[in-house]
Amino acid sequence: MSADGPGDPLAVPYRTGTPRAVVLVHAAAGALACLALGHTLWRGLSDPGIALAFGALIAVGELARGGSAPPARGGAGTLPGDRESAPLGVAGALAYALLGEVGGRATSHGVLQAVAVVVAAGLVGLVPHVALGRGPALDHIARRVLTVGFAATCFQPLYTTGRLAAWIGNGSYYICYLLGLLALTALCDAVLAAALARARTGWPYGPLLRDELRSLLGIGSAICATGLVIALATAVAGLWALPVFCLPLLLTQLSFRRYAAVRATYRQTIASLARATEIAGYTPQGHARRVAVLSRAVGRELGLGEADLSVLEYAALMHDIGQLSLVDPVTGGATAGLPPAEQRRIALLGGAVVRRTGVPAEVAMIVERQADPFRDQPLPARIVRTVNAYDDLAGGDGGPGGTLRALERLRLSTAQDFEPRVVEALARVLARPFGAL
Amino acid sequence: MRQLSVAAYAYIGCAVLAAVGCAVPAALPSASTPWPTVGLLAVLYAACERMRSCPLSRALARGARSGGAPGHAEGMPPRWGCPVLLAGVFLLPPAAAALAVLPGALLSRTEERAATARRVWHAAELALAARAAAEVFGAGGSRAVLAPEFPYALLPAAAATTVFCAVLAALDGGVLIAAERHPPRTAWRGLLLRSLAPHLVHGLAGLMMAVLWRSSYGPPAALLVLLPMYISCWVFAQYHRERAAHQATIRALVQAVDLKDRYTRGHSERVGRASVMIARELGMAEDRLDVIRFAGILHDVGKLGVPTRLLRKDGPLTPEERRVIELHPEYGHEIVRGIGFLGEARAAILHHHERMDGTGYPYGLRGREIPESARVVAVADAFDAMTSTRSYRRARPVAAAVTELRRSAGAQLDPRMVRALVAALARHGWQPEVVTAGTEGPAVPPPRPALHRHPAPEAGPVPGTAALPGTATAPHPGPAGGER
Repeated sequence: MSADGPGDPLAVPYRTGTPRAVVLVHAAAGALACLALGHTLWRGLSDPGIALAFGALIAVGELARGGSAPPARGGAGTLPGDRESAPLGVAGALAYALLGEVGGRATSHGVLQAVAVVVAAGLVGLVPHVALGRGPALDHIARRVLTVGFAATCFQPLYTTGRLAAWIGNGSYYICYLLGLLALTALCDAVLAAALARARTGWPYGPLLRDELRSLLGIGSAICATGLVIALATAVAGLWALPVFCLPLLLTQLSFRRYAAVRATYRQTIASLARATEIAGYTPQGHARRVAVLSRAVGRELGLGEADLSVLEYAALMHDIGQLSLVDPVTGGATAGLPPAEQRRIALLGGAVVRRTGVPAEVAMIVERQADPFRDQPLPARIVRTVNAYDDLAGGDGGPGGTLRALERLRLSTAQDFEPRVVEALARVLARPFGAL
Repeated sequence: MRQLSVAAYAYIGCAVLAAVGCAVPAALPSASTPWPTVGLLAVLYAACERMRSCPLSRALARGARSGGAPGHAEGMPPRWGCPVLLAGVFLLPPAAAALAVLPGALLSRTEERAATARRVWHAAELALAARAAAEVFGAGGSRAVLAPEFPYALLPAAAATTVFCAVLAALDGGVLIAAERHPPRTAWRGLLLRSLAPHLVHGLAGLMMAVLWRSSYGPPAALLVLLPMYISCWVFAQYHRERAAHQATIRALVQAVDLKDRYTRGHSERVGRASVMIARELGMAEDRLDVIRFAGILHDVGKLGVPTRLLRKDGPLTPEERRVIELHPEYGHEIVRGIGFLGEARAAILHHHERMDGTGYPYGLRGREIPESARVVAVADAFDAMTSTRSYRRARPVAAAVTELRRSAGAQLDPRMVRALVAALARHGWQPEVVTAGTEGPAVPPPRPALHRHPAPEAGPVPGTAALPGTATAPHPGPAGGER
């Protein structure tokens, strides 16, 4: 929320340096890509027209990708499309991997050519993004190379040798096989994505995988279905199917982008509203933002999923809104020192404001209950209460001494005010190096 | 549909009779109706209609829900099952296409009021449209759905979709006149244009369904087409919900100001409205109007940064206090700085107390140095301050306010903006008491002693307006008093 204008105000910096798991995934994907490209250059393209059409589709999908670098994880990401910023590109890549024939005529591109086309088209689509100074999002490309390689390996050899047709024929069972294969591919991709995120951020693996799987239900299933439909329709109707079916998908992608844009401005507005108390002098500079970032980290430490985390974040941002209706500011903005009845009154006033903002009702509920004894509170309210008190006690910049003293004070009040579990999670989060929040 | 009139019943009755006439031939023994296909499509469409708010989408929407989204119900926009209907049009003989529509439409969820009439009407119009579209598609060569001739199916499919959409639009316009008592001149306005593009996209999906249905892969492959369409519609609905939530949050910013300064209730909304009137009169583009509206609504958001005790103070303000209040444009700019889409509205918030002669604050810009948006908001602010009732004086009539505005044009306000407002007022009038939804709260502001807190304007360039809150006409020292 500092001076960097309309950017994501709550983004969390990444851990510096590259963890071993990431290096491993990148190396595997790089090796596969090099092998595929080398093999294709050596042997020449088979069916160049088809390869070109699908390559163009993937490149267009990549070009239409939204502006933000894909792993925007510091922020609230209930949007299932956060995970995949170029659905059209992914669907095209999957379709090419699962393409057995075009207009009734069998194709002859193998596994390696499929990977090579996906890599080449992806690189072409990347050029403008790199030119504009956005990161190349290597994690996404690595994941895509590996998943496409996996899907093509499970399909192409079986199909071209005719064994698939001999086993299950060309009707409904064939569709079922493809669906099962796609489900498996998506599952592997989710596991891989969660592992990468875990390695990069150090967050617990379970909730990350759960979020990936949940996003699979939304945009993930649509991408897989689209890839499959493109492959089947091309097999039946020839390359004509590509533009016809890609138009609806392109529209989906555009509406996803609009959705993401309006979501981003929504977050900016909430953050501005939260900052109002700081500008009014009720709370110290940066208090709302610090509480939001720390609450998110503590919530993640306690295993909350992405949807709960975004509710928690909104509540943490707006927890002091109630102070706006006070005629005189509380000294230092620290509500933690007020008598409980007064704290509760401010919390109720804040809830009344939050209820009008259009955020989920849970947020207002958390804001209202933030001053209750922890046994009466839902978990997010306990987190907000603890982190808020910590920030008040540690006095913003903290420093090692302030941090320890504040934690000690919190631990002394775990009988009634703060839940011990939350305080310990906070201590664990604070013990980490800064970037790992 | 309130109490349905006789005309509405007659209109719907005619449509039902026509629809029955369209669909019945399919049931005759002589017709070679492909019953399995009809049955499957009917079940599919019914499932689509029932699934408007499915558990999956609700699970996904958790955490992205909005409380303040009036008008936009949960779940899908209506008729996301449209590709199924159009696939039926492309696959079936005309009468059978009309028949396949009926179960789904009759089972659909609809509003509480006059639910049965709505369902029957919905079924009848869809059956008529499906029949008409199928006739057109049949004339254009229905065999083209078979794969090798696929490109040739595109044109008849587009024609059939257009007819489908046109029939629906025509019938909808009719029912607006008969049941909702719309005037006939405006009933059809925009109906076709608005719905044609989405229908054409759905038509492509329907065509793809039809092609896959007839292919060796069979109906299961066709079913897969629906998943991306479903997600697309879901995202669209989410987008609208999120947008409504965002606007509610903007309002909440304004209401937070009301918490502190209760007696300017509704002022922000009205300034937003007046600013848009001026901007529209100046011929600004539609998306810029939005920004100007937000500029008007948020112009006083910086009062959040002014101590409440000062805002509520009765009696004259000391020069020191006045200086603090004069900081509010800068506070406002500081608050909204992080909101990217506000664009030039941020400049308007910072500069809405600048004066044309350069004696305003915070920077003392003059003339064209002041951003255009700020000049618009300044006029709107002055106008609303004069025409609304404040605790210390009654509202003035619009005519008096206009005279006053004309007098301050040049030194304080931009004459071009004043002329635009006057022209807009002459054209559309002004309803000061309109308060938009969501501004309810403590209904009556606390009574304040009717104190004249605005020092008389010694040697003000525009005598007379200085005592009007919102105009900030008083020269230095003491313009802040005029602000309140």
